[in-house]
Amino acid sequence: MSNFWNTFKVAAWLGWEMDSNWTEPWLFIVYSIIKPIAATFILVLMYIVLAAIGNFSAGPLFDFMYVGNAFFIFVGTTLFGTFQVIQSDREWYQTIRYIYISPISFYVYVMGRAISKILVASFAVVITLAFGAFVLHPAVQISLSLASVPLFLAGLVLGLFCLLAIGITLGGVTFLMARHTQSLAEAVPGIFYVFCGVLFPLSVLPGWLQGVGKAIPLTYWFELSRRLLLSPADQAAVNPLTGLGGFSDVAILGFLALSSVIFFGLSLGVFKLGEYLARKAGKIDMTTSY
Amino acid sequence: MNAAIPYRSSAERRSDVRYRMGLNLRSILGRAYPRVIGANREPSWIFFEVFLPLLGIAAYVFIYQSFYGAQVALIQAGQCAGVPCASPADQLAHLQAAAQNLNGLVGTVVLGGTMVAFWLNVLWSMASQLYWEKEIGNLQIYMMAPMSRMALLAGMAIGGMFMTSVRALSTLVAGVLVFGVIFQVANPFLLLAVFFVTLIALYGMGMLFASLYLIWGREAANLSSLLEEPIFFSSGMYFPAGGFLLVQPWGPAVAVAGSIVPAMLGLDALRQLTLPNAKLPVLLGPVPELGLLLVLAVGFLILARFALARLETLARREGRLTSRHQ
Repeated sequence: MSNFWNTFKVAAWLGWEMDSNWTEPWLFIVYSIIKPIAATFILVLMYIVLAAIGNFSAGPLFDFMYVGNAFFIFVGTTLFGTFQVIQSDREWYQTIRYIYISPISFYVYVMGRAISKILVASFAVVITLAFGAFVLHPAVQISLSLASVPLFLAGLVLGLFCLLAIGITLGGVTFLMARHTQSLAEAVPGIFYVFCGVLFPLSVLPGWLQGVGKAIPLTYWFELSRRLLLSPADQAAVNPLTGLGGFSDVAILGFLALSSVIFFGLSLGVFKLGEYLARKAGKIDMTTSY
Repeated sequence: MNAAIPYRSSAERRSDVRYRMGLNLRSILGRAYPRVIGANREPSWIFFEVFLPLLGIAAYVFIYQSFYGAQVALIQAGQCAGVPCASPADQLAHLQAAAQNLNGLVGTVVLGGTMVAFWLNVLWSMASQLYWEKEIGNLQIYMMAPMSRMALLAGMAIGGMFMTSVRALSTLVAGVLVFGVIFQVANPFLLLAVFFVTLIALYGMGMLFASLYLIWGREAANLSSLLEEPIFFSSGMYFPAGGFLLVQPWGPAVAVAGSIVPAMLGLDALRQLTLPNAKLPVLLGPVPELGLLLVLAVGFLILARFALARLETLARREGRLTSRHQ
């Protein structure tokens, strides 16, 4: 167990150094925050244009979208922080063979490398929410009661754990891939963007796609986070559209916990399989440079 | 040796125009070839480059559809543009206008999705490519070869355009077949001119960045990363760029700054030429935008040539041409 902990600690430190050592820490933080805020501004402008040409407003839907998008910052950065590890070590630094043969758990190493990205993403999420609540006009209606804090934190921990598990599952796949990390980083979060009701209520999707969304644990994380953060007026307007309005907050947390455990098991299996197949095909330290 | 044929030593430097043109054309083909063939040898890219990005675009389409749903619900409840509908005919007219606007906005997302594909290719396969070549040890070989460096970059651009066109085309087809967007092209020649000039300007910018990235070194990947979402925003990839003019006071400033990236003007013109019935806010007319794009294209190519020569000299002098991880 102490070996796992040491691996995790050292990998987290290494991840921070590798991510940030090209510049000063403060510049790195600014850089890490500009990207998600720009993504948020895309949505703000989309809404402004639509409201202007349609001459209407849909405040609760906008708040729904804004909070969902703020939490989605965790998804893009954590997933990228996890599954790019294998490809960057293999193709860019070409150090994977040395790390791979060292007496550590490669799974824990990959998990540790993603921690720095989660920390920076947390800053970006807080800043995005604060921007919506205090700078945007009209403001996004955000409120979190003291009684809801334990539930919110439990959901946050489970959600992030689940994200790591999904990222490592993808990491297992990248053992066998050419250097397409960037495409993967853009594309995989796209799946969750569409199916998890991040930006629009699940009821907008065709029926069978709603089923896909309900099978993904992140759907429950977003649902729970929004329930705890949005104002009662917004919730009253949006809850009937989400398809999950019949479940209590605790039930939603239960779904999230259960699906997180399932995805953790899946990540172990896929990672081991990818590793086995890559070793068999001699691809553990391959480079693709076209 | 036949005395009628002048002897030319293999070490002799040839500088006649015909030879140089042939050499550079072969270089372009030679550099484009591995991109096309390499892509075919690694078919996994089709899934990651073609299918998965469609999901990101679908998300933006569904956002517009969810707002459209809310708007239709309001109109059906008797609220037309914030006031009670004057008559059933007025209600119907508002419903039709909303549907027309939805088509325009979804078309905007689809066109933006095609341009995003090219922009990402410019960033990751043009701008950062020379730095990547340095990291894997190919750069010094390129520098020793006798062809123009611009020919090398042009080959990369053409190969990249081929790879990316597949993704862009699939996005466009999906927009029509899956999302039901109706494009109406009134002036195909102007449309083609805008599209190709936009691509030349974009890849010209990529060529310029390629040489700058050689100097910026390992910050290159971070810079490319930074030029994604902020450029998607400032170029209006997923909303009409004219929307910036609706946001006072900072919107127009962002529009002016964003127009440095050719994708913004190109997209704005393409939207006007393919979605004429939607009442989308625009920046300028397509013809002035084409003129500006031409200026950008020529400017970026000249700057790229200058920067490449200057920075190559600098990199040679400072010994950074072959030093990896710096």
